[in-house]
Amino acid sequence: MDNWTFGITMVVVGMGGTLLTLWILSLCMSALKKIFPYKKEEGN
Amino acid sequence: MLEAILSGLNGLVAGFTNLHWSNPIMIIVGLILLYLGIKKDFEPLLLVPIGFGCILVNIPLAGLMEEGGFLKIIYDAGVITEVFPLLIFVGIGAMTDFGPLLENPKIFLLGAAGQFGIFLTLALALVLGFKQLEAVSIGIIGACDGPTAIYVTSQYAPHLLGAVSVAAYSYMSLVPVFQPPIMRWLTTKEERKINMGVVRKSASKTTKIIFPLVVTVIGGLIAPKGLPLLGTIMLGNLMKECGVVSRLTKASENEIANIVTLLLGISIGATMDGRVFLKYQTLIILALGFLAICLDTACGVLFGKLMKILTGGKINPLIGAAGISAYPMSARVVQKEGQRYNPKNYLLMHAMGANTGGQVGSVMAAAVMLSILKGMGVI
Repeated sequence: MDNWTFGITMVVVGMGGTLLTLWILSLCMSALKKIFPYKKEEGN
Repeated sequence: MLEAILSGLNGLVAGFTNLHWSNPIMIIVGLILLYLGIKKDFEPLLLVPIGFGCILVNIPLAGLMEEGGFLKIIYDAGVITEVFPLLIFVGIGAMTDFGPLLENPKIFLLGAAGQFGIFLTLALALVLGFKQLEAVSIGIIGACDGPTAIYVTSQYAPHLLGAVSVAAYSYMSLVPVFQPPIMRWLTTKEERKINMGVVRKSASKTTKIIFPLVVTVIGGLIAPKGLPLLGTIMLGNLMKECGVVSRLTKASENEIANIVTLLLGISIGATMDGRVFLKYQTLIILALGFLAICLDTACGVLFGKLMKILTGGKINPLIGAAGISAYPMSARVVQKEGQRYNPKNYLLMHAMGANTGGQVGSVMAAAVMLSILKGMGVI
């Protein structure tokens, strides 16, 4: 594979893939917070 | 008789006569690293063993990095096998509180933006003529995360390990120096004054326990090649959050992390043999590494500006600078910078959220990168 194709693929898929993965994880975190809501007693 | 005496004396000066011109220079480099660690307090836990390892390996004829040499044994056992960075990750996971991130999950995206410098620098390294896997290893300096950089480089460009790891660790400690000018350059005074309010505790204990499991499974399914990195950091965090294995948690964040840091540091220093290290290429790698971390900061702040617009001005773009893995230095830099323009501003916990997002982000970026390489058949 030539460097040009390799570089462009890494930049586009790498940046996009990282952003997409963390976005999915942030959605999971929001869902977790809704499924297991924080109760005030936990802070005590 | 005289011949035997002369031979004996010759043995005592052999170290001097075999000194390569690069060895004294590297001994001075080792001393500078020791000075930075001891006197300036720049990542002393790593720079002290790295500096000493650098001095050791530049003394000729000791054979410390030759077959059977004690540094070679440590290097082969822990760096080549990637065990050292992974054990350190268990400790990092055990030390990290993802609470601030869980309070505001959308801040996770800043942890992704803070890794864009990795990929942009990779492209630049290719333009400058580095081979593909060398460019990957140079780009990963932008993860601002020593163990990740060592993990990737030891696999794919072990000859660059010394330069990459020294760059990763020393730039991490320089975060308070180079981030503020970039933050000021990319934001307006009004943006820096934005008050994000108080972080309210909203994540339950169950959420905190399930979080590392979800990240491991989903992250591992998306980027399986990076699962060792992701799995170890999340194992450490699970042990911390579940609270039932405090002995293991304490061992991970203290004894294991300390021993491995010492062995890792000294073996990284041992890769800095002057004959291999002192090359024009090393200077370019150091410059590209610096650029990578600056680009991370710039991308994080610019993404913070985008989030500010999308949230109707609720996000202070400064916290984007904390989307890198230098924990908790960059969060403290953000707090300091925010208070400089609005003394009532308390951005620390928001920045901590972005910062822990950056920790996961850097590991995820490396995992994504390795999986793309695997997918393209490069590795």
